[in-house]
Amino acid sequence: MIPEIGQFALILALALAVCQTIIPLVGAHRGDAAMMAVGRTAATGHFLFVAVSFACLTYAFLVSDFSVLYVANHSQLALPTLYKVSAVWGAHEGSLLLWILILAAWTLAVARFSSGLPVAFAARVIGVLGFLSIGFLLFALLTSNPFDRLVPAPADGGDLNPLLQDPGLAIHPPLLYVGYVGFSVAFAFAIAAMISGDLDQKWARWTRPWTTVAWMFLTLGIALGSWWAYYELGWGGWWFWDAVENASFMPWLIGTALIHSLAVTEKRGLFKSWTLLLAITAFSLSLLGTFLVRSGIIVSVHAFATDPTRGFFILSFLAIVVIGALVLYAWRAPALDSDVGFSPLSRETFLLLNNVLLVVATALVLIGTLAPLVVEMMSGGKISIGPPWFNVAFLVPMLPLVILLGMGMHTAWRTQNADAWWRVLRIPAIAAIVLGVIIPLLFYGRVSLMLVVGCGAAAWIVISALIQPVRSLLRQKGTAGITRSALGMSVAHLGMGLFVIGVTIVSAFGVESDQALQPGESIEVAGFEFHLVGLSNVQGPNFSAIEAEIEIRDDGKLVDTIRPQKRQYLVQKSWMTEAGIRAGLDKDLFVALGDQLGQNSWSVRIQYKPLIRFIWLGALVMAIGGLIAISDRRYRAGSRAAEAPA
Amino acid sequence: MNRFVWPLIAVMALLVFLVMGLRHGDPRALPSPFIGKPAPQFELPTLKNPEVTIGTNKMAGNFALVNVWATWCVMCRAEHPFLLELAANKAIPIYGINWRDSRLEAIRWLEDLGDPYLASAYDEDGRVGIDWGVYGAPETFLVDPDGTVVYKHLGPLDPVVWQREFVSRMSGGGQTE
Repeated sequence: MIPEIGQFALILALALAVCQTIIPLVGAHRGDAAMMAVGRTAATGHFLFVAVSFACLTYAFLVSDFSVLYVANHSQLALPTLYKVSAVWGAHEGSLLLWILILAAWTLAVARFSSGLPVAFAARVIGVLGFLSIGFLLFALLTSNPFDRLVPAPADGGDLNPLLQDPGLAIHPPLLYVGYVGFSVAFAFAIAAMISGDLDQKWARWTRPWTTVAWMFLTLGIALGSWWAYYELGWGGWWFWDAVENASFMPWLIGTALIHSLAVTEKRGLFKSWTLLLAITAFSLSLLGTFLVRSGIIVSVHAFATDPTRGFFILSFLAIVVIGALVLYAWRAPALDSDVGFSPLSRETFLLLNNVLLVVATALVLIGTLAPLVVEMMSGGKISIGPPWFNVAFLVPMLPLVILLGMGMHTAWRTQNADAWWRVLRIPAIAAIVLGVIIPLLFYGRVSLMLVVGCGAAAWIVISALIQPVRSLLRQKGTAGITRSALGMSVAHLGMGLFVIGVTIVSAFGVESDQALQPGESIEVAGFEFHLVGLSNVQGPNFSAIEAEIEIRDDGKLVDTIRPQKRQYLVQKSWMTEAGIRAGLDKDLFVALGDQLGQNSWSVRIQYKPLIRFIWLGALVMAIGGLIAISDRRYRAGSRAAEAPA
Repeated sequence: MNRFVWPLIAVMALLVFLVMGLRHGDPRALPSPFIGKPAPQFELPTLKNPEVTIGTNKMAGNFALVNVWATWCVMCRAEHPFLLELAANKAIPIYGINWRDSRLEAIRWLEDLGDPYLASAYDEDGRVGIDWGVYGAPETFLVDPDGTVVYKHLGPLDPVVWQREFVSRMSGGGQTE
């Protein structure tokens, strides 16, 4: 009964989404206030019914209702409760429902916090978001119904994929989707602005906080995914350039470009058509990512169960949304030529370069992701473009980007006096080069050109990010301090600096070593002694495991005892590696248990990962920067009085 | 033509490419390298009696289905009624490979749900599954009278798949003999 209620609620939500699309859009066209007001009400109802539907599916998982096919396939009686809940989005159908729920939640938020916007504009935004909801609701109901029944019901389910039985991965998809789907808001704002033809810079200010929030969540979601891959896949890498990772990374890159270009459009009225195009692209790439992941067109380690009809459905929807948006763009954008200029040395120039480089980076990732498909279609051969290609190609735009970043922050809008600029930047520049040599040499005892470039770039970003906040702290009482918006930028850039140093050091000084080890034996890796004390059997709720006890010693002194496991999940009979990690801000010591080699001998993979935590810490700090930026007064003031000074 | 049309053109090209990519092949049809080749030989104890063995040689002379199943496999339960139906209609001899399973549970499963198989081989450690290139249960292979693998279906068997993929291949194969 409950699953049928869930399905019925989903159908009602679809009906409301149709109302939410048509009535406000027609109302805005006719200037009919009553019709426009329907948008908010319909969006609220739409959200409520999707929430009911989601709750029904969650309930089916909690009570292990295996008469529901999706539950039977992805849950099991002995599954811990946390994972019964996270199993709701553990595969295609349920994660699509989560996507729909999050889209409805974003729409509701826009409806609630749009009271300061012109009525017709808000109505159009809600209408466009409703249209996107229709597409996804139809997708779920027609091709991927999570409430399909299974008769007769089996006594027990097929269990959640053991890879997903992890707290990090329980919250990774929701965070990622909040980010992914959040770009739909920027998209809807852009479309609404283009429909109305009223494309002055106000829409940029309204869009900025929404875009930043979406970007923040996407940043956290990607970082969490990377962290999970590091400790759960047992390989100790943190980024694999897998097609699915790339699918989330491309919207992030374009979203980052969008945040920067929105700043220019809002403050200076420049790049208007370009910003519109980025807003369209960011969301289109989210849709493209969905398509790549769920159509099975690209074979990937974490592709969802694949089905060509699903692929065609998403592709058709993608085509309607993107072609519609770009036709509108081709029609409206030519009127947007701006007559304000800027000098070659100005913040505008740097932000333009930022945009160009980020778009180039996105294009490279897109090419690398689709290239295997092109080759397969042309010649039938299978190739894979792996990390070696990406790692090199991606550096080409990223290296100039991080160096220009520090300069751009200290450049004035419109035009910058070159002498004054040089006076601000010369000390940080020299300090960065010196630190670029000293950091690797002093802490790790080796230096090379790439290390100097990497560490120097990181130091350069960190120092230039700190100049403004430090000055603001040291300022005379009574003088103006730094705005939240500028502080947010500094903090986010600081995060970028931490990320760069983490990547540089771990890729230069990380050590990986595969060894055979017997109980009682020790081996030395990166100056640490790893001693295998013994092995024991451990029983979990739905798995049994072999656990190794390994003591790590530094100069004979016990640092830590870690217990990596090799688990066999009982239902799917699959083996999973739970790495043992001694985590520290300065380094991680990582041991993963491999196969049993002989009578008493085990293969172990031991890794020394200096500063790897800085990678995720950097991402966290970037997200915090976003949080600070949206707390800026002018967005709240701006929502009440649309003409507040920027 | 204005320059703002270029993004539209680029996206159209990308979409055409993606449509071609989708049509390029059913991504679910993971081709088995064994299709058109002799079925991998095996000799395993039967599920019900470890003393007796069953193997590829017993299947020769007729079209036969080889169905890989296990009690832990939810979709095997879903396809089970259809296998019983095929067996009741004497449509084709069905051999099972009980794959990475517990013998007791598997026997109980057949007692509870009915046994469509002429015999099931008991592949406890999944070794024969590896020889046959099994990705996951259920998988069903169609083997022709010469012992050649004609078709492989991934996932539960149902009447639609049966008519479309299996029946046609059996009659086609019969005419060329």
